[in-house]
Amino acid sequence: MGILDSIPHVHAVPSHRPWPRVVVAEAGWRAAVDELAAGRLTLLGLWGEPAVVHMALLDEAVAEIAVVTYECAAGSFPSVARHHPPALRLERTIHDLFGLTSTSADDVRPWLDHYVWDKSFPLGSRDAPREAVLYRFLPAEGEALHQVAVGPVHAGIIEPGHFRFTANGEHVVRLEQWLGYTHKGVESLLQGANLEAAAKLANRTSGDSAVAYAFAFARAAEAALDIEAPPHATHLRALMAELERLANHFGDIGAICNDASFALMHAQTGILRERCLRAADAAFGHRLMMDVIVPGGVVRDIAPDGIAALRTLLAEIDKVFPRLIELYDNTASLQDRTVTTGIVKTEYARQFGAGGYVGRASGRNFDARRMLAYAPYDRLSFEVPVLEAGDVNARVWIRIREVEQSVALIAQILDLMAPGEIMSALPAGHGECEGLAVTEAFRGDVLVWLRLDRELRVQRCHLRDASWFQWPLLETAIEGNIIADFPLCNKSFNCSYSGADL
Amino acid sequence: MTALRDILSQGAQMLLVLLLAPLLTGFVRKVKARLLRRRGPPLVQPYRDLVRLMRKDVVLADNASWLFRVIPYLMFAGTWVAASLVPTFGNGLLFSGTADLIAIIALLGSARFFQALAGMDVGTAFGGIGSSREVMIATLAEPAILITVFAVAMIAGSTQLSNVAEFMGSDAVGLRVSLGMAFVALTIVALAENARIPVDNPATHLELTMVHEAMVLEYSGRHLALIDLSSQLKLLLYVSLIACVFLPWGTATADASVATLAFGALLYFGKLAVLGFLLALFETSIAKMRVFRIPEFLGAALMLALLATLLRFVSGSL
Repeated sequence: MGILDSIPHVHAVPSHRPWPRVVVAEAGWRAAVDELAAGRLTLLGLWGEPAVVHMALLDEAVAEIAVVTYECAAGSFPSVARHHPPALRLERTIHDLFGLTSTSADDVRPWLDHYVWDKSFPLGSRDAPREAVLYRFLPAEGEALHQVAVGPVHAGIIEPGHFRFTANGEHVVRLEQWLGYTHKGVESLLQGANLEAAAKLANRTSGDSAVAYAFAFARAAEAALDIEAPPHATHLRALMAELERLANHFGDIGAICNDASFALMHAQTGILRERCLRAADAAFGHRLMMDVIVPGGVVRDIAPDGIAALRTLLAEIDKVFPRLIELYDNTASLQDRTVTTGIVKTEYARQFGAGGYVGRASGRNFDARRMLAYAPYDRLSFEVPVLEAGDVNARVWIRIREVEQSVALIAQILDLMAPGEIMSALPAGHGECEGLAVTEAFRGDVLVWLRLDRELRVQRCHLRDASWFQWPLLETAIEGNIIADFPLCNKSFNCSYSGADL
Repeated sequence: MTALRDILSQGAQMLLVLLLAPLLTGFVRKVKARLLRRRGPPLVQPYRDLVRLMRKDVVLADNASWLFRVIPYLMFAGTWVAASLVPTFGNGLLFSGTADLIAIIALLGSARFFQALAGMDVGTAFGGIGSSREVMIATLAEPAILITVFAVAMIAGSTQLSNVAEFMGSDAVGLRVSLGMAFVALTIVALAENARIPVDNPATHLELTMVHEAMVLEYSGRHLALIDLSSQLKLLLYVSLIACVFLPWGTATADASVATLAFGALLYFGKLAVLGFLLALFETSIAKMRVFRIPEFLGAALMLALLATLLRFVSGSL
């Protein structure tokens, strides 16, 4: 238990798998925060329950995770964000949902709560009415500065979110995001749901990452129940996860170029994306492969002609994609837009524990498939591309390299796959148990933590999208750039609104 | 008799540009769609859009001034008059005597001035951004086109477009370096003036990158229809201008027979199609440039136009 050595704890919770969860007093909590602030640990998640807060920590050096729990006796807990800014929005969310306050926090504005809910603190035990206060954006002062308010309704068809720019002419001085418009109460809905209903809900947290969420949820439930999915089922899960990654990366590469008004790339990658979705439909009966992965395994095997459909897809990608890479690399006007635009500094990527292409384009070598090697990735060979530049171009190149890796992974899995069981039986009853899982979605690591009661119903479940730690970096990436380059930066991040608003 | 004939010819060309402008826009869109392996909207879609907008109610911002309501008509009138001054299939336009190339630029410049005002009128951030970008582009594009006009005028010995076109169509013009430079300069200016890629994107939905679209974001109904039609007229104007100065072959003279006129019209459609196709091809093969690269791009046009004028001074045959 190397990760917990420096954190004094009261006792460990026995039914938490696969990583330990410990209950800490204030000293332990502060020690954990100090470790985060010093950069020795990475914050993986911070979430609440009516009377406690949990914090997931990752030690990247030894690839270990631990959850520390603080019991909020007085309805408050020592602020993490005060010493470790990445926790800020998570703390504000905990306050909105549970009514737990963080003491000595600098920023106490609401995050998800826009004062339109029927009830304040919907998940908490406190039922005090909340007074609507005008949301104040952080000030930026100076002569000739002006504000540009964008959204939540945009001119194109995208998810809603508000962006407040403070600019001097075209130059952005500060960007502040205000999200929460797609809050739909996923965590409330999950409470008391049986495993089947809960898997469906988790599946729909963020539509583009349906597989990754279902995968993470299933793994968390399996960890809690201490069962394992059969090998064939894990192969099918990885197939779906890689197909989803392919489709989204194709979509993103095209969309980034389209935001630089280079529609040619968008049209070409759009075709590839559509081919992926059709192959997914042929193989798994659903274009986004929803509701295939469930706790215990998968509900159906790959369709008889699915393997052929996937092989055809791989052949087409092999044929077309190299030409598209060349097109991207050789279009000077496009390179002029993406190179050196929207740089995310390496130290920020590390501090925020940014996952996915955002982190890997800025030198953070983290991929849950590699570092936390879950089945079947522990038996597959693949590379994790990492770049240092941190600009839009680097994020495009990470995606390009990952497409190549995903294609190779799908081919590998198709070769390895042997027919077999696809479901492990779930125990009929079980003591109260908790599970934690991290899987790699296309945009980064998805964390799912849950506690099941004796009837295998979800008592409490928390889903954390990679976007929580990427959105704040977008604010830093745009600083010093011009307003007109924001769409390009934003698209290169492609953070989830739905996944982060829950 | 000649007076009647002149009025008819002028009237026919005025009507022609008005009717043809949406078609050219539709054609460029169609070619772009085909190049992207899409089917694209039908050629007549811009007409349908105009009719649809005309039928819709106008939604006005509460704080819109009278200027905001008047400007679409001003823009349309200015652009239409300017467009009808450019010879399409026949030279010797009636209006040519009263307004030359410089007047065309002045008309377009005023239309733009009013449009920039309209962008700021309602006070939204996007309108302001659009107007500021538009004016930045204009300050560079307008000198460039003026100097291009001087270069061409010095070669042709006149600023009247009908005379210029006639001279360009004659054997007297020869092969001139300065004309080549003026052509490139005019093309660059035309791209910038018509909000095409790489300066602006006519098809964008990204409110933060828009120039032209940002200024007209608050317009709706018949106002928007007029503004859209003005933009389409402006595109036709620039394409016709390039055609009549640099591809003058087949343009009918003032006293031509009906057959020559018909031939001239046919050739004019052909020129529009070729230039429209080239525009679509160019737009497909290039990304939009950073906002602060635009001055360099337009600066190149300005320098080329200046060089063309200087060359003409240095040697009469260049």
